[in-house]
Amino acid sequence: MEFAELIKTPRADNVVLHRPFHPAVEGTLCLTGHHLIFSSRRQDNAEELWLLHSNIDSIEKRFVGSLGTIVIKCKDLRIIQLDIPGMEECLNIASSIEALSTLDSVTLMYPFFYRPMFEVLEDGWSSFLLEQEFELLSSVTNEWRLSCVNKEFSVCPSYPAVVIVPKCIDDEALRKVALFRHGGRFPVLSYYHGKNGMAMMRSSQPLTGTNGRRCKEDEKLINATLRSGRRGFVIDTRPLNVAQQARAKGGGFEQEVHYPQWRRIHKYIERFNILQESFIKLVEACNDQSHNMDRWLSKLEASNWLTHIKELLTAACLAAQCIDRESASVLVHGSEGTDSTLQVTSLAQIILDPRCRTIRGFEALIVREWLQAGHPFQQRCAQSAYSNSKQKWEAPVFLLFLECVWQIHRQFPCSFEFNEQFLIMLFEHAYASQFGTFLGNNENERAKLKLPQKTMSLWSWVNRPEELSRFQNPLYEANSLVIWPSVAPQSLQLWEGVFLRWNRPSKFLEEAEEERINIIKYNKELQAKVNALRRQLAEMETNEELLEE
Amino acid sequence: VENVRLLDRLSSRRAVVGTLYLTATHVIFVENGSETRKETWVLHSQISSIEKQATTATGCPLLIRCKNFQVIQLVIPQERDCHDVYISLIRLARPVKYEELYCFSFNPKLDKEEREQGWKLVDLNEEYNRMGVPNSYWQISDVNRDYGVCDSYPTEVYVPKSATAHIIVGSSKFRSRRRFPALSYYCKGNNASICRSSQPLSGFSARCLEDEQMLQAIRKANPGSDFIYVVDTRPKLNAMANRAAGKGYENEDNYSNIKFQFIGIENIHVMRNSLQKMLEVCELKSPSMSDFLWGLENSGWLKHIKAIMDAGIFIAKAVAEEGVSVLVHCSDGWDRTAQVCSVASLLLDPYYRTMKGFMVLIEKDWVSFGHKFNHRYGNLDGDPKEISPVIDQFIECVWQLMEQFPCAFEFNERFLIHVQHHIYSCQFGNFLCNSQKERQELKIKERTYSLWAHLWKNRADYLNPLYRSDHSQSQGTLHPQIAPCNFLYKFWSGMYNRFEKGLHPRQSVTDYLMAVKEETQQLEEELEVLQERLANLQKSQSGDRKVKSKQQDRSKQVGLHTSNNSLANTPQEYSNDLKSFPSRSPSQGDEEDSALILTQDNLKSSDPDLSANSDQESGVEDLSCRSPSGGGCLPSEDSGKDSDEAVFLAG
Repeated sequence: MEFAELIKTPRADNVVLHRPFHPAVEGTLCLTGHHLIFSSRRQDNAEELWLLHSNIDSIEKRFVGSLGTIVIKCKDLRIIQLDIPGMEECLNIASSIEALSTLDSVTLMYPFFYRPMFEVLEDGWSSFLLEQEFELLSSVTNEWRLSCVNKEFSVCPSYPAVVIVPKCIDDEALRKVALFRHGGRFPVLSYYHGKNGMAMMRSSQPLTGTNGRRCKEDEKLINATLRSGRRGFVIDTRPLNVAQQARAKGGGFEQEVHYPQWRRIHKYIERFNILQESFIKLVEACNDQSHNMDRWLSKLEASNWLTHIKELLTAACLAAQCIDRESASVLVHGSEGTDSTLQVTSLAQIILDPRCRTIRGFEALIVREWLQAGHPFQQRCAQSAYSNSKQKWEAPVFLLFLECVWQIHRQFPCSFEFNEQFLIMLFEHAYASQFGTFLGNNENERAKLKLPQKTMSLWSWVNRPEELSRFQNPLYEANSLVIWPSVAPQSLQLWEGVFLRWNRPSKFLEEAEEERINIIKYNKELQAKVNALRRQLAEMETNEELLEE
Repeated sequence: VENVRLLDRLSSRRAVVGTLYLTATHVIFVENGSETRKETWVLHSQISSIEKQATTATGCPLLIRCKNFQVIQLVIPQERDCHDVYISLIRLARPVKYEELYCFSFNPKLDKEEREQGWKLVDLNEEYNRMGVPNSYWQISDVNRDYGVCDSYPTEVYVPKSATAHIIVGSSKFRSRRRFPALSYYCKGNNASICRSSQPLSGFSARCLEDEQMLQAIRKANPGSDFIYVVDTRPKLNAMANRAAGKGYENEDNYSNIKFQFIGIENIHVMRNSLQKMLEVCELKSPSMSDFLWGLENSGWLKHIKAIMDAGIFIAKAVAEEGVSVLVHCSDGWDRTAQVCSVASLLLDPYYRTMKGFMVLIEKDWVSFGHKFNHRYGNLDGDPKEISPVIDQFIECVWQLMEQFPCAFEFNERFLIHVQHHIYSCQFGNFLCNSQKERQELKIKERTYSLWAHLWKNRADYLNPLYRSDHSQSQGTLHPQIAPCNFLYKFWSGMYNRFEKGLHPRQSVTDYLMAVKEETQQLEEELEVLQERLANLQKSQSGDRKVKSKQQDRSKQVGLHTSNNSLANTPQEYSNDLKSFPSRSPSQGDEEDSALILTQDNLKSSDPDLSANSDQESGVEDLSCRSPSGGGCLPSEDSGKDSDEAVFLAG
């Protein structure tokens, strides 16, 4: 298919661009296969706006006489308005944008066409291999092994080719366990707590069904993570009744009789479709222009968004607590093990593992616990909060995770190497990107699409020193400890950086951030100067002494 | 009383046992056991209510709520003891004479001269001069010299030059409690001013020539404008109801060239109830998100804060952008009027956003113009219906502005919290009584100390590290967003939950940056010393040997001195030094000294929660094991397995 077929009017003049907190600008609008480009013709302050079609969530058009107006709502939650003279032009442009922003074939997406303008220093596709992770693990314990049982993605289509499992469980057993777990997602290692040797594993629900089926290998597998005489915890992200109902559909939960050493805790985290509803309501509340204070608070409350944040953080704290405080191993799962499970395991690692609070470590966490673990990014991030079509698979699961990280970050502002911008950048790229990282739903699909060969990795770009400097937290001081966030309502706030980003004045906050950076920078400069002088003096003084002798 | 248990509000498992002492001025709880013997001090004047609850098997619970939002829950083993404590506290918390208040016994060991210096720190005459009055439009009037016209006004009042004593006195007779229009803020740049008064006694039709002349005089004092705004900060309904009592508001037909405007801020009773409701939400044991947000909305608190701010924004805009003078009043002109005038001044004039300027502002708009501190904050036993968090709301407005303009204020959140604390503490004389006149009669300045001097002495603790006087936010008028930015108004947990450290960020960016800035300053000094040494060394290498050796001696001494600054000598050690650096400030591990409570040390320095930054030797390293104990729903380390789950599952 040629993009040109979809673009009937590639260019329109005298278009006026409206954005909140910016004066309206007149300029030229151009459409290309992947971008909407607006450039103002003003000599003094030429301005260009590039918008990826894939970032467009919904588009509305209306007419006043022959002046058409298009309102574009983006997946990053920004709303812009374009006034386009000429009814035909406007209709053409609107229909082109509509078509181009809803391409159904992945291979037509921008990452397959994007050619980077920078030199690739390190190929992000191979920056975070599980093999490296395993090497680290091997240096502290020999109880685990790498298994290639899923090499062909045949045992579990949503798992990566390589996984880490207890050493004493062979591939044959893994195949059997896979048949006993939803979607073949058998328990694998998610995190090893070096401090006390406890492990966090994740899986999907066991397929016990109504007749209480059991699987000896499954029991053996998860028992292998227990110290003798100790108990472990299964954290089930569904409420008990939902888990019970799941049995009717062939699912189920670990029953005490078969798993006597495990204690099950149900910690309810809403399923993805509920989260999407909540997301839409919250964004609607944030865009509400009414002046009334009460309406804002009740809408915020009715969205339930912060409730989800609180539940999720609580569940993650619980998992972290079982591992760190109770010295118990943990198995986390919900139904499919691709959404709430990953939220819990990845957040628990942020709390427990200082490495995950560094830039590199956080990237590794996202690769390991989200991309490789088979979170269906393509389904979940196909649409954002403005989609009017009732889709089935969209949900802000990853955004919720990022927001929880932000909440912890806010409580421990000096313990993270990255800043808020880093999290916002990840949110943007998960929904629309020039990079191939978040395409596909799992490693299997990525391999089929040949993404590593055909597209650029987000990490290749982010980890360049020029880019990294924008994402560094000036206040960072490595903190080797477990950080326990507060989950009380008073401690949780709306993530303004994402939800109010486009409808609040940000100038003063940016100035404050700049000031913070300057304070630290100046301090570091002085330190360097003082140290240099000290050395110089010391040298001169020794020379002097030598001379005197 | 011995064997008293102090309960933790969030978790009953973390109670501590200790001894309770009652002194003439404080309730003191001393923990048993632990080598630190942590102490909790509460001033009697901070106690807002004491509640004796039904006796249980473990003893008799006593709940003490404080005006600074601390809630103390004690369990006393013997019912009789509990009753005695209860009775004593009720008496002690409600003094009937000013002389019983703490400020008359508080002695910070300053001599007489220092005390007098302290009172001179804030000088209102100087302030009016700074604004640019007296000038050709405004003059100081001695009409109220012996409080002869209005006993709740100061003796020195600025009025338009054309307002004769006859007009002033005439106008005062037509105003509630004789609070005639007087200058609050004068804008040098365009002659526009903010004046304040009480409501006119207009009833349904009464008029007063002198009052009309008075408003004319205010207009004439701003030759650039042909009208003035008269802002009535009450809801229209309230103002109309007042007409029936012979009071009311200005009739535009009777006054020439005024534009009349209502800005509905609710009265003190609504505000008191609103705060009460919000505090109930804060006190919920483990609220869900919905409980909390719903309760917050239901309290209406943020709506009221926004109303006050909107009024201030309106006035600031009129003065700065339209160049029009404004007369502000409510009923008596000492609550809402004070709030609104001071918010507007703060927006208009960067001086009030400095530490000194903020003190001046409170002194000018609140203390001198007869805000009834004693009645509103219940210093002496009185009518509970007079109590209302009027200045608390103003302080919160300032905090909300600080959140929107992080670089605009010289002081930080801690400063606001300490000012709030001392408005209730009665430890300093500044906020005693209901008017200047009463304070003069009590000889406050001779018998008590000034809070401003105390805060000024410790100003290093109250600086906002992001403030720079040359920053754009530190200059000119602030323009907060009016609409549609409701979401800019946030719950202030730093104030209303301030004794629950577990709820707050574990690392404070402010403290961290302050520590960095302090270190930067030390580095600057050292750099200078080093450069000097270097220069000397270079000189001496080419110069006379004898001289050189002497200089070297000296520079060695200097070197010794700098190393006392705990700056290490090699780059490597240096970074170690830095590592331990944030531990002082981001304060992760300060739960144990629970900054919240008045410890004895703090008492000496007389600040409510300075321990937040003074006792932080407990560095980052031992934090993790402690912080969960403050983590809201997170159990402490010694807690049993089952109870842990209970906590989480309940959450």
